[in-house]
Amino acid sequence: MARISGIDLPKNKRGEIGLTYIYGIGRSTSQMILTKAGVDWNKKVQDWNDEELNAIRTVITDSIKVEGALRSETQMNIKRLMDIGCYRGIRHRIGLPVRGQSTKNNARTRKGRKKTVANKKKATKG
Amino acid sequence: MSRSLKKGPYINYKLEKKVLEAGDSKKKAVIKTWSRGSMISPDFVGQTIAVYNGNKFIPVYITENMVGHKLGEFAPTRIFRGHAGNKDKGKK
Repeated sequence: MARISGIDLPKNKRGEIGLTYIYGIGRSTSQMILTKAGVDWNKKVQDWNDEELNAIRTVITDSIKVEGALRSETQMNIKRLMDIGCYRGIRHRIGLPVRGQSTKNNARTRKGRKKTVANKKKATKG
Repeated sequence: MSRSLKKGPYINYKLEKKVLEAGDSKKKAVIKTWSRGSMISPDFVGQTIAVYNGNKFIPVYITENMVGHKLGEFAPTRIFRGHAGNKDKGKK
């Protein structure tokens, strides 16, 4: 059982893929970690021995931010924007797209599920 | 796309001069400006700057966190009062 940063890694996957189950690690970070730790990318997670596991753990704790620390950093960045009351902070506050996307249609990722308005007035002639 | 580092941050020349003067004299005068594109530099901290939003001047008190943002970000140009029938969402 390989447990890194509080996450159980999937046993049957290659190390390169398995590491990406940790929040904050994608493919390229994963490759960087394995190279630094001196572990073959293609080695399955279950085949790692304790030594390799420890090497990977040290690389992760030394060089990158993962899981809780990373999540809280992101939250702090957003909170900072909201506190200083700048445009991006306001958009975060009211739950609309932050980076200038159009909101006439779509934008559902930020706005959430459609809220149907009853008896919405249609533009009619006369 | 971000601005070229070679040029350095854009700060309106006249505005910068006024801010530096105000910083020297330690006076609490509000500085009016139309230059929404100017970057907030560390010299601005503690000043109150009235930023034009196309209609009127919005007073912005500059804190340390705001350094690196632009003045216009703190003076919204549009007012959104919510959609019809959306009574529960009364935002400012």
